Amino acid sequence: MIYFDNSATTMADPEVISTYDAVSKQIWGNPSSLHNFGEQAFNLLEQSRQQIADLLGVSLSEILFTSGGTEGDNWILKGTALEKRQFGNHLITTAVEHPAIHNSMEQLKDLGFEVTYLPVDEHGRINVADLKAALRPTTILVSVMAVNNEIGTIQPLKEVGDLLKDYPKVHFHVDAVQGIGKGISDLIFNDRVDFITFSGHKFHAPRGTGFIYAKRGKRIAPLLSGGGQERNLRSGTENVPAIAAMAKGLRLLLTDEDKKVAQQRAIRDHILDHVKNYPLVTLFSEENESFAPHILCFAIRGVRGETIVHAFEEQGIFISTTSACSSKKHMASSTLSAMRIPEAISTSAIRVSLDEHNTMAEADEFNAAFDKLYDQFKKLSNETAK
Amino acid sequence: MKEIYLDNAATTPMSEAVLTEMTDKMRNVYGNASTLYGLGRESHTVLEQSRHIIAQSINATDDEIVFTSGGTEGDNTAIIQTAIARKKEGMHLITTAVEHQAVLQPMLYLESLGYEVTYLPVDATGHISLDDLKNALRDDTILVSIMSGNNEVGSVMPIHEIGELLKDHQAWFHTDAVQAYGLLDIDVQRDHIDMLSTSAHKINGPKMVGFLYKREGVNIPSLLKGGEQEEKRRAGTENVPAIAGFAKAVEEITSAEKAARQEKYAGFKQQIVEGLKANDIAFEVNGDLDRSELQHVLNIWIKGISTYVMQTNLDLAGIAISGGSACTAGSIEPSHVLTAMYGDDSPRIAESIRISFGRGTTAEEIDQLIASITAIVNRLKKRSEVK
Ligand SMILES: Cc1ncc(COP(=O)(O)O)c(C=O)c1O
Ligand SMILES: Cc1ncc(COP(=O)(O)O)c(C=O)c1O
Repeated sequence: MIYFDNSATTMADPEVISTYDAVSKQIWGNPSSLHNFGEQAFNLLEQSRQQIADLLGVSLSEILFTSGGTEGDNWILKGTALEKRQFGNHLITTAVEHPAIHNSMEQLKDLGFEVTYLPVDEHGRINVADLKAALRPTTILVSVMAVNNEIGTIQPLKEVGDLLKDYPKVHFHVDAVQGIGKGISDLIFNDRVDFITFSGHKFHAPRGTGFIYAKRGKRIAPLLSGGGQERNLRSGTENVPAIAAMAKGLRLLLTDEDKKVAQQRAIRDHILDHVKNYPLVTLFSEENESFAPHILCFAIRGVRGETIVHAFEEQGIFISTTSACSSKKHMASSTLSAMRIPEAISTSAIRVSLDEHNTMAEADEFNAAFDKLYDQFKKLSNETAK
Repeated sequence: MKEIYLDNAATTPMSEAVLTEMTDKMRNVYGNASTLYGLGRESHTVLEQSRHIIAQSINATDDEIVFTSGGTEGDNTAIIQTAIARKKEGMHLITTAVEHQAVLQPMLYLESLGYEVTYLPVDATGHISLDDLKNALRDDTILVSIMSGNNEVGSVMPIHEIGELLKDHQAWFHTDAVQAYGLLDIDVQRDHIDMLSTSAHKINGPKMVGFLYKREGVNIPSLLKGGEQEEKRRAGTENVPAIAGFAKAVEEITSAEKAARQEKYAGFKQQIVEGLKANDIAFEVNGDLDRSELQHVLNIWIKGISTYVMQTNLDLAGIAISGGSACTAGSIEPSHVLTAMYGDDSPRIAESIRISFGRGTTAEEIDQLIASITAIVNRLKKRSEVK
């Protein structure tokens, strides 16, 4: 079996599972409790927070735990809207964000906020000039993802950050769910970024874990209120075993990051170089450093994405249509439509997404399966061969 | 020395079967339940089987169960999202003075947005009066949120009667069943409950997972927006291993098991009360020893000894109890529950402890607790006599 759908979710690392298992047995107290069981849990919680902060080069108080990427995105957007309402009601994001951002923005629109969606070029990238033109005196937040989850475009975060230096009050948020461990930490943690979203299950940590980075001094209102955990910003009994396991997952992810990134890039390019020669293939991801190393998106024109996914599944290879969240509904990809790719082509798109455990041998197998299936696809394709 | 854990209302250890189930699912069922292919379908199957087990446990249908990240998210969602959805029908909500902060804080937030909230008082046993509820109900009341059982004193609210009363009123009925779920038989049909929240870690399940039951027809917008998981009612990649673990924990609390635990815990309460009496400890029970209450919580006022002193001394003796609810995040604030029951000038506020039992608790541990409390009280008494 070859698992090439790591952008949808990753397998939990065996060491992550052992940590979860061991902590669940030994340190399962409630960190808010004042007795020894609580104190042990509290200490482990803060050690995990420290470990994550150290790995990312930020300070302890800037890491806040959540239940995942969706919560982080919702929280930062709505928390900013609520916190900064008296300063303005305008938010800016891109046309190619994950639904966790897009649908939160739509909800804010219903509540009276104004939202600008920046357009993207044929590579799925925003133009900073468009951002500049969109900024208003009432703008309170700019949210730009690090790596697009459908085609892998890296957004020009440095340029965005540079521009926003002239707008110090505007919250600058980066959804880095797909960007962590992919060799772009400097870009994600550029000195102008205020808030960043991370999700554990995308880096071999348990489901239901995540955290946000919130720069010291930058305030957002809570999304979940109650017992006052996480410095009164995120209530709910902390999942210490899973948080400790997530810290472990992050450490494993960032060990030898450069080497792992180079390997993923080589595997990705190996597949890309192979499939690009086939006449029915349209590539969306590109073979250069402005695309993340682990995502490859292409269409086999005239064949439905689901058909391609199933054909590969029969060969024991798991890939997906563009993103897990929209793949149940046979929707055209939102990123590709923002890139003005006609629906006839975007519904034929598939995504191959890698992790650090994938191998060149798997890429060879994929390429061989591709060759084998291609004749079948050619027959299925309603596009008359040129 | 083996430590004794008597703070099961704060959190419980996972049962072995639950943890095994979870690690098994982490290893073997890792597809994203929203994907098209086989691995995803397997996750989807586990998800739906778990949902079915859980729905059965409260006599709901499968599609009325929405998985959440825990009790806090369930409570916040039920309250805030109802207020947003039903603003046109009214801006008045009713709750009680003794709810968990996961209910009270959202209520305060709604008040800051211009909603009106009535906080029903409780009597000295921690119960509301139905007449107070009747009097508070208005044509523009949109939500009544009353906990099934209290986390500090164990009082059980008249859920069935409240459900009957609200059946013909526009207000929806939400109940925080986080503490009651593991001990009482809950039937959302019988009790006309519209929304109900739970949290797995209180019933020996994993942390950061729970469910919100929403009766069919109760339409509120999702608090978390994003992908189309949970039929668009709760976005975010489904936490399948934790949900499977939760279902396992629910399977372990059959009706018979719940009744047996109530019985066993009632015995522990009796043991403590009689033991302390026999040792001439000056104390009172905060709340009611009645058998219909949640039996896993016993809150007592130990006269003349501050909560903090008793708690730290017991901790040194290897016994973990609580000064109230754990969830005021480590701070020792006066309990709003005891304040509501006895007034803010009662000495009980500063001199009470909460003891809460779990499935591992034994009569020998209770004996040790009684002995330790007695020793601490006598030592402190002697010291003050010397002075
Ligand atoms: C870019 C991006 N943002 C946010 C999310 C949501 O994260 P989660 O599934 O942890 O809620 C995802 C993944 O689904 C993603 O790819
Ligand atoms: C009655 C009650 N409601 C809600 C909660 C919150 O649950 P959680 O911390 O799992 O979010 C708790 C416990 O902390 C509780 O006892």
